[in-house]
Amino acid sequence: MSDHQEAAVHHVHRDDLGAKMGMWLFLFTEVLLFGGMFLVYAVYRYQYPDQFHFAAMELNTTVGTLNTIILLTSSLTVALSIDALQKGNKFLSMMMLVITILFAVMFMVNKYFEWSTKFSHGIYPGSPELLNKPNGQILFFGLYYIMTGLHGLHVLIGMAVLFFMLVFIAKDKVTPDNYVKLENSGLYWHLVDLIWIFLFPLFYLIQ
Amino acid sequence: MPDAVAGNNFYHQSTNKHTGILSWLLTTDHKRIGLMYLVSILTFFLVGVIIGVLLRLELLAPGRTIMSAQTYNSFFTLHGVIMIFLFIIPGLPAIFGNFFLPIQIGARDVAFPRLNLLSYYIYVIGAILALVSLFLPGGPVDTGWTFYIPYSIRSTTNVSLTIFAAFVLGFSSILTGINFVTTTHRLRAPGMTFFKMPLFVWATYATAWIQIIATPVVAITILLVMMERAFGVGIFDPALGGDPILFQHMFWIYSHPAVYIMILPAMGVVSEIIPTFSRRTIFGYRAIAMSSLAIAFVGYLVWAHHMFTSGMSDTARWIFSLLTFIVALPSGVKIFNWVATMYKGSIDPQAPFLWVMNFIFLFSIGGLTGLVLGSLATDIHVHDTYFVVAHFHYTMFGGTGTIFFAALHYWFPKMFGKMYNKKFANIAVAIYFIGFNMLYFPKFIMGYMGMPRRYYDFLPQFTPYQKISTIGSWILAGTIFFIVGYLIHALIKGKKATSNPWGGVTLEWHIPSPPPMENFHTIPTITHEPYDFSQLKEMKNE
Amino acid sequence: MSGNDKHQHHSGYGTYIIVWLALLAFTSITVTIAGVNLGRYTLFIALLIAAVKSGLVINIFMHIKFEEKIFKAFIALSGFTLIIIFLLTFFDYIYR
Repeated sequence: MSDHQEAAVHHVHRDDLGAKMGMWLFLFTEVLLFGGMFLVYAVYRYQYPDQFHFAAMELNTTVGTLNTIILLTSSLTVALSIDALQKGNKFLSMMMLVITILFAVMFMVNKYFEWSTKFSHGIYPGSPELLNKPNGQILFFGLYYIMTGLHGLHVLIGMAVLFFMLVFIAKDKVTPDNYVKLENSGLYWHLVDLIWIFLFPLFYLIQ
Repeated sequence: MPDAVAGNNFYHQSTNKHTGILSWLLTTDHKRIGLMYLVSILTFFLVGVIIGVLLRLELLAPGRTIMSAQTYNSFFTLHGVIMIFLFIIPGLPAIFGNFFLPIQIGARDVAFPRLNLLSYYIYVIGAILALVSLFLPGGPVDTGWTFYIPYSIRSTTNVSLTIFAAFVLGFSSILTGINFVTTTHRLRAPGMTFFKMPLFVWATYATAWIQIIATPVVAITILLVMMERAFGVGIFDPALGGDPILFQHMFWIYSHPAVYIMILPAMGVVSEIIPTFSRRTIFGYRAIAMSSLAIAFVGYLVWAHHMFTSGMSDTARWIFSLLTFIVALPSGVKIFNWVATMYKGSIDPQAPFLWVMNFIFLFSIGGLTGLVLGSLATDIHVHDTYFVVAHFHYTMFGGTGTIFFAALHYWFPKMFGKMYNKKFANIAVAIYFIGFNMLYFPKFIMGYMGMPRRYYDFLPQFTPYQKISTIGSWILAGTIFFIVGYLIHALIKGKKATSNPWGGVTLEWHIPSPPPMENFHTIPTITHEPYDFSQLKEMKNE
Repeated sequence: MSGNDKHQHHSGYGTYIIVWLALLAFTSITVTIAGVNLGRYTLFIALLIAAVKSGLVINIFMHIKFEEKIFKAFIALSGFTLIIIFLLTFFDYIYR
């Protein structure tokens, strides 16, 4: 019995399952956050089906598909990174993380070009061009910018988190014996992917 | 076995890495964090009380009494924002959940102590943001705490900053919820199965789930309103095709479950106090535990009863009305079981118990009038009148607010190792009851007579009721300050309290008052049911 | 309750790659199908495919298939609540 050890005030409590549980609970809050936005999307798509259809033609399906493939592959690489570390392969783990981060950068670059193209067409929140369009289209683009914007913000946060993991692995703070932080970071990254899996058909595949 | 020789290991005295004030500001001890919350939350509550008194002063007579209409609008908005987001929602979980959840399950702290401290600072930042919004150009918000579209996107007051403050406060709530669910699953002492946990733990656990699942919905709603104000995106703005009713849906999808965040922990406290002061085990332990989960879940299904007159479809209205009647059932289960617990119990009518009696009466009135509001035909007449105002004050204030005092009086000796003046406490309970009913009961009558809520002025026929209500506010406010006064006095000059002044049997009563930093010298192994009073004999030897 | 609960199950590089290929396959299906006029079922099919992809990501990449039951219960609970919220909201909009 380690009662007296437990009685020591500075007992450092390690609970990997608890850490993972906490992370999943946090992910639920993200699901509900985006869920609320999907609810708004659903209501307005229900109310303005034709306008949504019309407005969606402005979006580039190819870029959207490319971004989908990028994120799905980045999910693969982050999963491989965790597996590599579990197997003790520190170098491969770090390599996979670097690739994941690069994919994230590619995603954001694509997004930047997408948005700036639309801006140059005069389509951005509050623009006179947009306000001239029918209400359903205004709503579509409002939702488009907010949802992909919020998602993009999460991609940036994910990139930062993964970068920190890279540093931790390099400094042996995350190791084959202690990698729950990396797992949790992976979970966050997969969530970012999951959100996009739903965003993609709802914005790019309304044909 | 609590050691009487803990000496300077009391949590409020021992210092670890830091000394002085830093040992509090940088603490990760759940008890200290609970206390810091107590100081902050109590302060904001008193500010909210003062604003309430000022509102009632304005309403003493028709026409302008002490403030302009614009100021009045800002004041009732502020009163709502402070009371709801800074007092009632965080209140019981952040103070008593933090302090007692780990102890009641036999743990040394919560699952994520540093996250716990972060929650506290996020709360403080949210509070500061809300206060700052009072003074920046644009002036304090005047939309009402519900920020309905379209006025919330048109008002020139500091809406964005205030709702951002609510956003930040929501994060504090979410992190607390994550901490408590994980703690309950992972840190229970050996032998403490889920069905040996005290009912306060069940209540806090159910509440934590609501904090996690519901809060993000209002978070996104707030973000959308901020985007709307900043960029004219056109999400809710009817001029751009948006639907103001959709805002109401999203707002209430959180704000209804939020009222269960408010009441569930309070009901948990009642389930602690009644067995202790009836000296008998709780009647229907499993039913009460399950009813907490049931309330938490069904509470997600009733939000649109706040929207019956908004323009929703008829189908939605009768569905939500039906669901609203259903959600009342698990609460009824609790009340029935509490009363059954007291039957043939050995009642010890001390202050905590008297507070609970207050609660049962006041909350029942609140709950019953909720049925009037939940029923479509009657709601048409009383929606947006003083009837609603009376209803939610009876439930939120008469319910959660009363239990805030009950919990304070119950756990004060444990938290501080001192006992307050019991005669003062008894007097306070009685006068609180009088003041409360004087303040709020006339509002039921006025609402029924047609007095709308959030109105600065009123017709002469309401004057006598308004006067009674205002006088009630003075009595109630006076009692509250009296309570704070004698409690602070007890902190400084009170008699030392024993480890178990009330004869309770849950784990917090097995350890010294105040508790040592690590809660337990040895983590106990649980063999008893949570409210097994045969333990009292063994405990006298501890 | 401390210590590292070692998972006995590691998915292995091969499994991950197969799942990734499946995800790509489903993506190409959903893109191709978008060009076909399915009338009332368009949205439903798109969401169905998205749900299948999500299932793969959640169960394999996020490891839920191999985790303790409690995680599955949590996910079911949260997902169910979200779906009910959608349902109840639409009782308003469909019947206006």
